[in-house]
Amino acid sequence: MSNETHTLDTLVDKKYRHGFVTDIESDTLPPGLTEDVVRAISARKQEPEWLLEWRLEAYRYWLEMPQPHWAHLDIDAIDFQAISYFSAPRSDKDRPKSLDEVDPKLLETYDKLGVPLHERARLAGVAVDAVFDSVSVGTTFKKELKQAGVIFCSFSEAVQEHPELVRRYLGSVVPTRDNFFAALNSAVFSDGSFVYIPKNVRCPMELSTYFRINAAETGQFERTLIVAEEGSHVSYLEGCTAPMRDENQLHAAVVELVALDDAAIKYSTVQNWYPGDENGKGGIYNFVTKRGDCRGARSRISWTQVETGSAITWKYPSCILRGDDSVGEFYSVALTNNHQQADTGTKMVHIGRNTRSKIISKGISAGHGQNAYRGLVRMTPRAQNARNYTQCDSMLIGKRCGAHTFPYIEVRNPSAKVEHEATTSRIGEDQLFYCLQRGISEEDAVSMIVDGFCKQVFKELPMEFAVEAKALLEVSLEGAVG
Amino acid sequence: MLTIRNLHARVDGKEILKGLDLEVKGGEVHAIMGPNGAGKSTLGNVLAGREGYEVTQGEVIFKGRNLLEMEPEERACEGVFLAFQYPVEIPGVNNTYFLRAALNAQRKYRGEDILDSAGFLRLVRDKLKILQIGDELLRRAVNEGFSGGEKKRNEIFQMAVLEPQLAILDETDSGLDIDALKTVASGVNSLRSPDRAMILVTHYQRLLDYIVPDKVHVLANGRLVATGGAELALKLEDQGYAWLDDGGIAPLGADQQEQVASP
Repeated sequence: MSNETHTLDTLVDKKYRHGFVTDIESDTLPPGLTEDVVRAISARKQEPEWLLEWRLEAYRYWLEMPQPHWAHLDIDAIDFQAISYFSAPRSDKDRPKSLDEVDPKLLETYDKLGVPLHERARLAGVAVDAVFDSVSVGTTFKKELKQAGVIFCSFSEAVQEHPELVRRYLGSVVPTRDNFFAALNSAVFSDGSFVYIPKNVRCPMELSTYFRINAAETGQFERTLIVAEEGSHVSYLEGCTAPMRDENQLHAAVVELVALDDAAIKYSTVQNWYPGDENGKGGIYNFVTKRGDCRGARSRISWTQVETGSAITWKYPSCILRGDDSVGEFYSVALTNNHQQADTGTKMVHIGRNTRSKIISKGISAGHGQNAYRGLVRMTPRAQNARNYTQCDSMLIGKRCGAHTFPYIEVRNPSAKVEHEATTSRIGEDQLFYCLQRGISEEDAVSMIVDGFCKQVFKELPMEFAVEAKALLEVSLEGAVG
Repeated sequence: MLTIRNLHARVDGKEILKGLDLEVKGGEVHAIMGPNGAGKSTLGNVLAGREGYEVTQGEVIFKGRNLLEMEPEERACEGVFLAFQYPVEIPGVNNTYFLRAALNAQRKYRGEDILDSAGFLRLVRDKLKILQIGDELLRRAVNEGFSGGEKKRNEIFQMAVLEPQLAILDETDSGLDIDALKTVASGVNSLRSPDRAMILVTHYQRLLDYIVPDKVHVLANGRLVATGGAELALKLEDQGYAWLDDGGIAPLGADQQEQVASP
């Protein structure tokens, strides 16, 4: 037994591979949040008046809101006045027109992350919109997308180039006063991605964004908005990493998805923010509001997430199933190791008739990690013949970690059907010994068992990212098992 | 090939094996029988190196090396195979993938080339044919949702692919219907070879109708208390283990073995 714990520890104690800081001059606002800061951000981005007003309204709501504490998380008080709300690479004033003009050090950073913008993106057939701290620095494949009529650009650019679209949809899924962190984001969001898929267009490639928090003590507040017009299809992936810092950093993003009649949006996340060290020092606070609105009939929104990073994760990608016959899906792998905490899950709100939702959640806890699944399934009175299936599995590695499940089910329509299955298992000494006895090393055995556990979710990821997710899980678990 | 001398082992602080001696040569098949709680499964687990099975005395020499000093995976790579009494399910891990990982780990250990999927599949199909097992096992996850018989057949299949030098079959016959038993037995028989030793741990004589052992041992109270030929198993079937209690606890000498062998 003691042996087992020991080996688990060795596997868990793998160092964070993306822990380096890029030394480039940043243009950073002094810490603190006031109305002037909100105005300064908006002015710096040369935003139209209506957007400034929108931000200010959010800011005023935020001032009156208390920070929520209902999650199964142990969080030190966050001093919102100690955070800087804007940081852009210095070169912002004369923004790079192409990748050649991008600060080479910045590109190097992407290289270390394994995201060389030009080569790999091209090879993988992925269009990458890279967000470095707060300003989007390079976008590839724009031309090809343009031919298809797809708009894929930074949020700031969208505000300038497509203000009517932004204005129509911004905040229509996650209103400014939705919750504390969404209000904060609405007030100070710096950049993010914007995607628009026109009617009946199938986006010709996977769209992908890599986020990275670089400057110390800056929160990253990105905002993503994806609109899929009638009959369109898009698959979008975001990956995230952040350098090692002793102090905690705040990340409060908002993602809004809108799917009109017969549209389908697949949104995949591989999140590997810095989780803090083995004693729980440092790491990202990841408070994210993600929501998809199946506004049209027969529309479909599918969330897939692999969450291995962050000190604290607070995240519930949700679907509002408004259109009749619309479908919402949530596939999640959340891993917590060392002192990481995760409170994550989804909400499926069934409003339309014959709406269907499916939730597959896999939680893995190792070290002192705490992993909570929190999910809401709501069947409103109109949701005739709505269906939900939820499967929620937890795996424990070692003896000091925890798994918790908090399902909320509200059914207000008698024809609705809700199924919930949950299991908790400990990574078996038996399973491990079985593998060892066949000659497989302990490390390989653990990653094999964990990979098998996550299979249902991984198969939902685009191929190349499934490989990455698997590798990430192995790295995150090295030293975790015995 | 395998020499066990005066082996003592504890589980949860309780002594289960109390001075076990056994010599198995290449090509031999030994059956170890005995009442419940005698330590039969403990022996298999000790040989395979399972955690929690603490050897307190004695030695185990395998191919001239001290087996007890090796890690479990090293023992496997050296050619020790344990067919589990209760094969473990590993959800989501494909059976073929698992077996290829195992075989390649062992090949790598021995300095042999890694088999690619095509080469592996050829090997696997050959083995399935010999064992007369359908290939539906290949597509499923390791033991997941397998019936008792399928699990045992899968163990034999793994043994056939990994080609161990010492195979320990821990109650592989228990819970099998007669057809499954025959499949398992013919699989085992097809794998008998001069450079492979086998230890069959079993509760019932039934298996030995199909796999004729070179030697039969009775394990009681942590030691081998009787050794004989295949006939010993028949006597046990007939008379149970009770007759061994009358002074039979001490290891029998060569003369007594003869007596036992011809009742």
